[in-house]
This record gives sequence, structure tokens and C-alpha cells, in this order.
Amino acid sequence: MISELQAWAILLLPLASFSLIALVIRPFLGSRSRLSGYVTILSIGVAFLFSLIALRSTLGHEDAIGWDFHPWLSINGVEVRIGILMDPLTAVMLVVVTGVSLLVQIYSQGYMRDDEGYTRYFAYMSLFTASMVGIVIARSIVQIYVFWELVGLSSYLLIGFWYHRPAAAAAAKKAFLVTRIGDVGFLLAILYLFLQRDTPAFQGRNPLEIPDILQAAGGAMTAFAATATALGIFAGAMGKSGQFPLHTWLPDAMEGPTPVSSLIHAATMVAAGVFLVARFFPLFEVSATAMTTVALVGGFTAIFAATMGLVMYDIKRVLAYSTISQLGYMMLAIGVGAPAVAIFHLFTHAFFKCLLFLGAGSVSHATGTFDLRFMGGLRKDMPWTYVTFLIAALSLAGVFPLAGFWSKDEVLLSAWRGEVTVHTLVFWMAFIAVFLTAFYVFRAVFMAFHGDFRGGAQAEHPREADSNGAGGVHPVHLAESPMVMLGTMLALAVLALGAGYVANPLGDLAGIPAHWLTSFLGQHEDLTFNLGIAGASTAVALAGIGLAALMYGARRPSPEAVGRVFGPVRTLLLNRYYLDALYEDVLVRRVFYRGVARLLDWFDREIIDRFVDGFGWLSRNTGKAIAPLQSGQVQVYGIVISLGLLAVLGAYLIFGR
Amino acid sequence: MTGHDVYLLAPEIALAGLAGLVVLLDLITRRKGLVGGVALLGLAAPLVFSLVLWGEVNQDGALPGVFGTLVVDKFALFFKLVVLAVVAVVILGSADYVSRFQRYQGEFYALVLFSATGMTLLAATTELITIYISLELTSLPLAALAAFLRDERSTEAGLKFLLLSALSSALLLYGMVLVYGYAGSTQLGDIARAVAQGGMPFGSPAVLAGGVLMAAGFGFKIAMFPFQMWVPDVYEGAPTPVTAYLSVASKAAGFAVLLRVFYVALAEVSLDWSALFAVLSVLSMTVGNLVAMGQSNVKRLLAYSTIAHAGYILVGLAAIAARTPDGSSGLGPSGVLFYLGAYAATNLAAFFAIIALTSKTGSDEIEGLAGMGKRAPVVSAVLAFALVSLIGIPPTAGFMGKLYLFNAAVHADMVWLAIVGVLNSVASAYYYLRVVRVLYVSSNDSQERVSTSVQVRLALALSGLGVLFLGLFPGPLLLVTEAAVKVLLPAA
Repeated sequence: MISELQAWAILLLPLASFSLIALVIRPFLGSRSRLSGYVTILSIGVAFLFSLIALRSTLGHEDAIGWDFHPWLSINGVEVRIGILMDPLTAVMLVVVTGVSLLVQIYSQGYMRDDEGYTRYFAYMSLFTASMVGIVIARSIVQIYVFWELVGLSSYLLIGFWYHRPAAAAAAKKAFLVTRIGDVGFLLAILYLFLQRDTPAFQGRNPLEIPDILQAAGGAMTAFAATATALGIFAGAMGKSGQFPLHTWLPDAMEGPTPVSSLIHAATMVAAGVFLVARFFPLFEVSATAMTTVALVGGFTAIFAATMGLVMYDIKRVLAYSTISQLGYMMLAIGVGAPAVAIFHLFTHAFFKCLLFLGAGSVSHATGTFDLRFMGGLRKDMPWTYVTFLIAALSLAGVFPLAGFWSKDEVLLSAWRGEVTVHTLVFWMAFIAVFLTAFYVFRAVFMAFHGDFRGGAQAEHPREADSNGAGGVHPVHLAESPMVMLGTMLALAVLALGAGYVANPLGDLAGIPAHWLTSFLGQHEDLTFNLGIAGASTAVALAGIGLAALMYGARRPSPEAVGRVFGPVRTLLLNRYYLDALYEDVLVRRVFYRGVARLLDWFDREIIDRFVDGFGWLSRNTGKAIAPLQSGQVQVYGIVISLGLLAVLGAYLIFGR
Repeated sequence: MTGHDVYLLAPEIALAGLAGLVVLLDLITRRKGLVGGVALLGLAAPLVFSLVLWGEVNQDGALPGVFGTLVVDKFALFFKLVVLAVVAVVILGSADYVSRFQRYQGEFYALVLFSATGMTLLAATTELITIYISLELTSLPLAALAAFLRDERSTEAGLKFLLLSALSSALLLYGMVLVYGYAGSTQLGDIARAVAQGGMPFGSPAVLAGGVLMAAGFGFKIAMFPFQMWVPDVYEGAPTPVTAYLSVASKAAGFAVLLRVFYVALAEVSLDWSALFAVLSVLSMTVGNLVAMGQSNVKRLLAYSTIAHAGYILVGLAAIAARTPDGSSGLGPSGVLFYLGAYAATNLAAFFAIIALTSKTGSDEIEGLAGMGKRAPVVSAVLAFALVSLIGIPPTAGFMGKLYLFNAAVHADMVWLAIVGVLNSVASAYYYLRVVRVLYVSSNDSQERVSTSVQVRLALALSGLGVLFLGLFPGPLLLVTEAAVKVLLPAA
């Protein structure tokens, strides 16, 4: 049975690692000290062990382990308390977060080996992991919000890790600001809950504590209150989980180091949004509006992002749109009333998506580029990377019997089951997205690993390569990555192969009961395996793979020819539906800079500044006027005291009666 | 005097005894560092006595004694502990400064301790004559301390403090006489009964005049407008550790007695006092902040800042009617106590950081601090943090203190007072942040590191961490202050 201290340790260990690196290792041992990596791995490793204990302890417990709250602030009867909510959802998330983070840290040992900011990198990574753990274990919504913002901060730091590159700095800013839009909704939801404290629903309950909120949602909360709160929370989740229309930051976030991308996409940042909605599911459940919104946004995002993945040339961007699309699946599953299935998909997705990113990192480690057009033929030089990438790709495409198949199948199944029109609609969206997913991921596989090598970084930047040899460009050396990177990838490949069925088998399997993971997470009705849907989705996935093989393997028809046929559509997709342009040019530049900002600027200069200047002038001159009294003459002081006293007495005699 | 009385007075007796011991030790030893060490460690005795008394009070309630002239209750003990903490930090932080005087080191510590004895008594007295004597015991050593450097400015400071202190004592005595004449007793409890039976809004003009005169006398101690004229000159001229001591301990003791007299003896006319304190609060903070803006000497700047802070704390006295949610304790006085604790930590941190920074340059001008952010990064950081706390920005003690005081004002239906307080805080940022800017942005020709002694670093660490702790976890101290001010409320 896990003790409360151990549970806190899961949060405190990475936090301690962060403090140790930031306060001791970096200042005293220099910015490239290997020790920082070891400290991070050790602390997250121990946190992972405790997470496993947590998972073991929550098995067989329906309810959360009831630890006490710890008072933090109390102002005039409004209590803000902190505590740990240790239920199955928390335990599963803890295992995913610390486990994936651990693997990524090990991989980073190799990937970041020669980076100037080695210690800084591991300090941020520790903070990132700690923040995510903080969200997962929080028992108070305020506590979630604190760590939610810390996740935002650490993702900002990590995406902009190479801050000297303008693109990285811009991407970091974009991620921070776009997710902030959603966070406003989340904050409003918290404030709204706070205002509900005197309503009957929260009689005897604390409106800031999750168990109380969920209880209130099941009982006395008005429909409007539940809908408003749920939609506010969902807004926050949309930002962090890159749901349409707040998805634009995620592809740009590729500017960070690749292990960071893999962590963001697999376990930490984007998973936070899905987790948040799953955590507050009882609140969403009572509001049909909220459920419909979640399902539609999720379904639309799934298909919408997949279409953009079809045409990207940057391998990490392909994967980024794939993540957005897969997050859409998870939201969709929650929206059709199956949060356990969503977390199941999050669970399998974490492994294969992490692996895909690490594979992309490995590829760029060798070729120096992320551009698929300059890769090709790598399977000969990097066989292990090829095999693991292929496994992850098959898993993502949802091919039987890999991990992704099982969870995707359950997502489709939960949508199919529903009798509401919305459910049918989102089912078909998700179903079409299966085809698109298989196509775009195998397009990447064929472009990167098959055919002939097309020159890597030197072909991408021919001019720089010519003028100073290979000096300005990452050197191309086509070879396998170091063992520390490959080992991690192999471990993930095993998980991407088997995690799906082993974690949630159809029938009893060597001590693991059928559907234990989803029922553990609170899904009580069985999702009976539907051969029709499983077969259809596999067939569609295989069709997608086949088409990719035809176009990018056999080149019949050649992609260029297809591109010409679908010319306008391709342009639309390449420009990402012009959404980024809409946000940046129209909303930010035109409306905001030229309209709002200019108006505010005028107001600030002409009204506020004038007023402040006037106030300053008044203050200065009042000060000047009083100052002569401070002559240093003690007689004057005595007179002032006496006169002041008389003034007070006089005021009382005149006004006091 | 019975044995019980000695027991009740044990902390004060220990303090005075310690002062005597320090003087004697100074005579016989050449190792002057030892004197400071004994003065510091000797504080353990009054501390232990105070804690023992707290334990007893916690069980049995207030312990009156010594012919009814004083009472040992949580309120008095709270101030005893605050004064002891301040004295400890002051002794610790003065180590470098005092080593400059070849002679008289023992006297320096002894005067600080004697003055502290007066302050601890002041918080416990419930009788007018004893109040007066305690006040004099507090003030006279302070006047000597202010003149301790024996140069022109310091002597002037000491003399000014002595003269104006005498004037304010005269006003205080005059007020006490009038109140005694009305009530026929010098006991605060008897005065309260007499005032309650009076019937008229102010009982009689004698009580009004007496009250105002006493407020003036105490107002001198706490640097309240219009009795604040001495503050800048004395702060500038006095040795800086003395200024630090004066700015927190003396102010705390002044507020203690002000609360006791006006809440206990003159409580029945409380609403009218509320208006007086509200107006003086606004004037103090506004005048203090406005004049501070033009200062170029950092000690004078902090002197005006002290006046402004007296104004903020007075908000708590004006908010006499505010109660905690369960009605058992007063929000206003509890906020005053909390703020005094927070302010003590903040101001000590600021002053000792300034002592450390200016010991090299020898000048108290703000411009002299230029580039210190690089030359003494840790000390500068503490100073900047303390200034941020003085503005009242989270996560500092100053923020929490202002939050509680202004909250009390809102609960007492004096929203306008809270608004004035907040506006003043905003305006004050101007001159505090100017110092921070000089520390970090202005550059200086000299790049030489400024070193500090272990004792001063320890004093800085204690006070700086205190500011941070109270800013993050105000709960524990608030529980204590709410318990401490229960004695001020009428038993309802």
C-alpha cells in the first residue's frame, strides 16, 4: 500500500532534481556537467517505481485513497487546501508520465550529449515532469491550475530551449500565448466555481476541491452551472491538448529539441488536457451541451489535423499533426461517454508516438535534417531505427495486433455504440481519419527509409555547404545512433507492439482479467469486440498503407501527378487551411496591432500618461511644498506638533458633536 | 512584590540583568566580540521565561499582578517575543558596525537591552503611571543610542530625539492627568467603567482632550502624522543599526500601548476614535509617501517610508469594528499585530542590507548603491526583496500584511480607506523601485566585491527568510495574533 509520503515523493523527486541542478550543479559544476543527467534519471526512475507502487495499491480500490487535505491558505473562511487524489486514473497517468519521461531522459543522454545547455536541459526536463505529476495528483482545482501553468512555463522554456534561434523563440512564445487563450477559460471556470460557494450545491462542500465538485455535479448543481464550468475546463484542455482551433502552436513546437517534442506529445503537455477532461468527467456527463461539444471538437480535430499531415515535408510536423489528430480521438472518446477508453488510447499512444519522435530524432541525428525530401534509403544504414519506426507506424495506423489497434478500435466502438446523431457523425469522422493516418505515416516511412538517399542536410542547404565545406551544416554521417538512444527505442518498440493487448485484453490472459484497464478506470459496461468494425478499420488502414506504398514506394502514380490533380486542395493543406495566416495576419496584425493596440496606445498616451504626469507633478510639488517645514529646527518641530494637536482637538470640537 | 510578581516580571528582570551583565563584562574583558556574543546568547533567558509564561497563559488565561499595574496575557507576550526577536537580529547585525567603536561596545548593547526592557513592559502595562515610566525607560536609552557616534549629526539626532520625546511625554502626561481627573483612577479597567457610565458621546470634554493628548504622545513613538517631524533627522543622524531598531521595535511598542489604551480604557468611545485614526492614517501615509519621493539619502527615504507605514498600520486601528468571521477576534488589531511582525522582518532586512552595502562606500546616498547588484549580489537581492515587501507585492510578508489590514478596513465599512491605502502603496512603488533600479541598472566604476561578515549574513538570512515565510505561510502567525488580540475585545 502506498503511503502518502511516497505519493508526495513522486512529485517532489523531480522537483528536487530541478532544484539541485539549478542551484548546485549548474552554478558549481558548469553547464555541461554529466551529473545533471544522472540526477534526473535517478529521481525520475525512483518516481517511476513509486508510481508502479501507486498503481499496485489502487488496484481493487474503487474509490480514491483518502488522504487528508493540508491547509494552505485560509482567508475569511474560504479555505484553499492541498492534497493528493490517488485513484486509478491518477495511478495510470503517473505510470505513463514518469515511465515515458524516464525513457526520454535516458535517450536524451545520447541526443543532447554535445549541447552547450546540457544541465539547463535536464533542469527544465525535471521541472516539466514534476509539473505534469503535479497536475495528475492534485486534489484541489487550484492545485491543478498552479501546475497547469507550470507545465505551460516549462514547455515554453523547452520549446525555446535553443533561444538563439529566432524560430525557436517564436515557437515558444506561440505555444505559451495560444495555450494561454484556453487557460483563460479554465481560470474563469475556477472563479465561477468559487462564486458558487454559497449555492445549495456546495452546501457543506468546498467548491475548489475536486471530489466535492464531482459530488456536487452529480447532485444539486444546476444544469447551467455544470455546463459553464465544464466548457471553461474544456477550453483549458483545448489549449493544452491542441484541439481545433487552438492547435496551431503544436506543429511549431517542433523547434525544441526532439526528445522534448516526444515528451510533450507522448506524456506531458498534450496529455494534460485529456487528463483534465477525464478528471472532471462527471461534470461533463451531466451536461449534454458539454458532451456534444467535446465529441464534435474531438472528431473534427481528428480528421482536420490528419488532412494536414498528408502534405507536410518536415517529419516532425507530420508527427505533430498526427498527435493533434490522435488527441482528437481521445477527446472524441470522452465526448461519447468513454473516458476510460480515452485514457487507454492515451496510454498506447504515449508509447508509439514517443517512439516515432525518438525515431525522427535518430534519423536527424544521422542526416542532419528533418525534411523528408532530403532523406530516403535509410533502412540500409539504420536498420534498428527503421524497424522500430516501422513498428510505431503500424501501431499508429492501427494495424492488428499492435498496441494502437486495440485502443483505436475501442474508440471507434464507443462512438459506434451511441444512438445519437452526433455519435454517428463523429464515428465517421474518426473512421475516415484512420485511412488518412495510415497514409500519412507510411508516406513518411517510405520517404525516409525507402528509395535512394537524397543528400541530407548538405542537399538541403547547398550554398552553406559549398562556401564553408560542411562547416555551417550538420555533418551527414549515415550510421546508427548510439546505444543509449537505440536501447530506449527498442524498449518503446516492445511497448508499442504489445502494450495494447496486454494492458486490456479481450479475454482473460495469464492473470490479467479481460478489459481490466478500462474497467479499472471506471468503464463498467463491456465494449464487446465488434469484428465488423475491427475488420473494416484494419482494411481501411491497410488501404492507406497500400496507397502510400504505391505513391511513395513504387511511384505509380507519382506523388507529383497526384499533387497536380489535387492542386488547390494541396495548396490549402500546405498552408494549413490558412489558419495560421488568419491568426497572425488578420487577428494579430490587423485587428490587434492596428486596431486595439493603436487605440489603447492613444488612450495610454493621451489620457493615462497625461493623468499620471499630472499626478506626478502634483506629488513632486506637494513634496517640495512640505519639505521646507523639515528645516532641521527643533523649535519648528515642536510648533508643528503642538499645532497638529490643536488641529485634531479643534476638529473634534467642531465636527465631533 | 510577591514571588508571583517576580515570576510575572521574569523576562523583564532577565533583560535588565543581561544589560547589567554586558556592561560588567565589557569592563573586564578585552575580547569585545565576546560582549556581543553574551548579549545575543543571554537573550535565551528572557525568551525561555516568555515561553513558559505563554504556556501558563494558554492554560489559565491572563495573569494580572504587581498591584494591578500590569498583566501578562497573550497580547503582552506577543510583543515581548517580537521585541526579543528584533533585539536578537539587531545585536547580530550590529556586530560589524559596533566593532568600529573601540570603546563603549558594552554600553551599546546594554542600552539596546534596557530600551527593550521598557518596550516589553510597555506591552504589558494596564495602568497609566506604569505606562509613562515604561515609555521613558524605552526612550531615554534610545536618545543615548541615537547620539552614539558622537559626531555632529549623531549628537544632533540624539538631542532632537530627547527634546521632542520630552515634549511628547509632556503631552502624554497632560492627557493622563485629564483622564485621571475624569475617571478618578489610573487603572485602565476603572477608566473603562467610568467612561462607560458617562453617557455623553465623549463622556466629557476632559476625556476627549485627554484621549487626543495621549494619542499625540503615543503618535510620537509610532511616527504618526503630525508628530513625525523628528523621524527623518534622527534616522539620518543615528547609527544605522539604531535606526533599524528604532524603526521596528519602538514602533511596535508604541502600537502595543496605543492598542491597549484605546481598545481597553477608551473602548466605549471607539467609533469616534476610529474617525481620528482613519484621518491620521490617510495623512501619515500620504505625507510619508509624497515626501519620500524626493529623497536622495536612503536612510531618509526609509524614514519617510516608516511614516507611511505607520499610516498603513493605523488602518487597523481605524477598523475597530471589523471582526473575524466567527466573531471571536478583531480583524483590525490582529492585522496590526501581523503587520508589525511582517514589517519588523522586512525593515530589518532592508536596513541591514543597507548597512552591509554602505559600509564600504561610507555614504548613505542612493546613488552610492549603483552597481551593487553585481558587487554584492546576495545582499542586493535581499534588499530588493525587502523593498518589494515594503511596496506590498506577493509573495512577501508586506503583501500579506496589507491584505489583512485593508481587508479589515473593508469589513469595517471603510472601503474608501482601503482604496486610499492601495493607491498609496502603488505610489510608493515609485521610490522603492528607484532604489532597486540603482542597484541593478546603474553602473559603477568600482567592480570590487563587497564582503559581509558571518553575523550580518545570518541577520540578513533570518530577516529575509522571515519576509518570505510570512509571505507564503501567513497562517501560523495569524493564529497567534488572533489569539493575542482577544483580550482587547469586550467580553461579549
